[in-house]
Amino acid sequence: MDIIACIKQVPNTDTKIRLKPDGSGIDEKSIEWVINPYDEFGVEEALRMKEKFGGEVTIVSLGPARAVKAIRTALAMGADRAFYINDPVFDGADAYMTAKALAAVIKTIPYDIIFCGQRAIDDDSGQVGAILAALLDIPQVTVATKVDVEGNFIKVVRPVEGAELLIESPLPCVITAHKGLNKPRFPSLPQIINARKKPVEVKDAATLGVSMDVKAEVLGTMPPSARPPGKIISGDDIATKAKELAKLLREEAKVI
Amino acid sequence: MAKGVWIITEQRYGTFRKVSFELASTARKLADELGEDVCAILLGSGIEGIAGELGKYGVDKVYVADQPIFEPYTTDAHAAAIVQLVKEYNPSILLLGASSQGKDLSAHLVGRLETGMATDCTDVNIVDGRLRAIRPMYGGKCFGEVAINASPQMASLRPNVFPVVERAREAVIVKFEPAIGPDQLKTKILEVRKTANGKADLTEANIVISGGRGMKGPENYAVLEELAELLGATVGASRAAVDAGWRPETDQVGQTGKVVSPKLYIACGISGATQHLAGMGTSKCIVAINKDPDAQIFAAADYGIVDDLFKVVPELTKEIKALVL
Repeated sequence: MDIIACIKQVPNTDTKIRLKPDGSGIDEKSIEWVINPYDEFGVEEALRMKEKFGGEVTIVSLGPARAVKAIRTALAMGADRAFYINDPVFDGADAYMTAKALAAVIKTIPYDIIFCGQRAIDDDSGQVGAILAALLDIPQVTVATKVDVEGNFIKVVRPVEGAELLIESPLPCVITAHKGLNKPRFPSLPQIINARKKPVEVKDAATLGVSMDVKAEVLGTMPPSARPPGKIISGDDIATKAKELAKLLREEAKVI
Repeated sequence: MAKGVWIITEQRYGTFRKVSFELASTARKLADELGEDVCAILLGSGIEGIAGELGKYGVDKVYVADQPIFEPYTTDAHAAAIVQLVKEYNPSILLLGASSQGKDLSAHLVGRLETGMATDCTDVNIVDGRLRAIRPMYGGKCFGEVAINASPQMASLRPNVFPVVERAREAVIVKFEPAIGPDQLKTKILEVRKTANGKADLTEANIVISGGRGMKGPENYAVLEELAELLGATVGASRAAVDAGWRPETDQVGQTGKVVSPKLYIACGISGATQHLAGMGTSKCIVAINKDPDAQIFAAADYGIVDDLFKVVPELTKEIKALVL
């Protein structure tokens, strides 16, 4: 099987996000960068499929210079090769642009399944996988918590509000990975060293034949509006405090 | 020229989901500023009768396609119908709910319509005749202001955030029959397994009560369940509780779990890591119960009680029972 896993490098969830004073984005100093956790579920599932059915796992990623580290991590986990879309013209690429660049690479290689994360935890946009499916004109199943390949079809479990769907799609298709799909492996030291020798092909806008075209433009970023300071409820005993809270929820906040 | 504010409504088993009315009310506000009409798309099977309800929330015209292929929802059938309509009528703004279905469909439409979208917005306005969206990024650690330089200008709205406003309006109902070939329908729903036991999903619940590491074990969630039962609330969990195996992954509230925005969020034994705050920070009223006075959650809370949750929660249940029953 030819399996593609698309990844993005993002700040770790524990990272404190500081905005640049001019509101033009985040201050990247002292950020710990990782593979987007949802993308990592996709990489892990791709590797498990390769172990079961044979074949190759190809990583495709768009990002600045620092993103190569995330690609090397995915190769250390066991992926075979990578395409690394790196061109300063793509700085500020939105979901559509990102999917278009990924599609330009993917169209040149064989694939049965494409994994993406269901969303990246930096811009929280959650669009790239589905746009990619639309651009490649193949089916999508988003937010997958379980997948099983049976012949030329894949069965996918997808949680929705109050229910779980079992969906069948023909291959090839795009699957977006959700928490619960698997537990990603940690690469060993020999794997990390070995990954340095694996092929990473760098692509720029010119070689892809894609020009920068942003449709969703982030005009600025701002901190969340501060909540007014809360009230710590004091009282002699727990019963008094609980009674006061119940009263405040009813009469002041009017939420019960 | 592109004209009109359009919404894609969502219904299940012939009943509109609340987000549909939030979409209609918000679209009305935007359309009034632009001096344009609000049009809604309603897809499903046996749903024609509910179309008129949308007038009450400010919709001028409803395009209804009532066919078995639209039930249950699949990306393929819904996207095919919507793309046909959008290409024919060329709306300037297209809004969806950032629900499971809305997220799946909207992102696909971005690709099919070759446009841009602001996802999971918490505010939308008109600035100089164009859509301007505000949306959380980095799990709500900051907010971005987004403009769409393409048509239609798409945005998905976070459920439970936008107000539902009733108006006296009569919607015109237009039936349409999109031409969708069987070759366009690739994915199939084999099974729908209900998981909620009649409880609202976390993302749709009016009240959420979550337990974290301070719950000490899975058996102790019974105290939260009892209060939840009384308030009609849904029980959630922090990542620590899910990672410990106490609660299923579908219950996790946070940056790598569900994003919830209830009118009341009660955090019990939750320290308030940024990962958790990202998932509930837009809740209207936040209550924290934790015995650690330095817990970060108190900084985010409207009301806090510093004490043992196992004593506070049963007492609170008793007091609320006395108030509301």
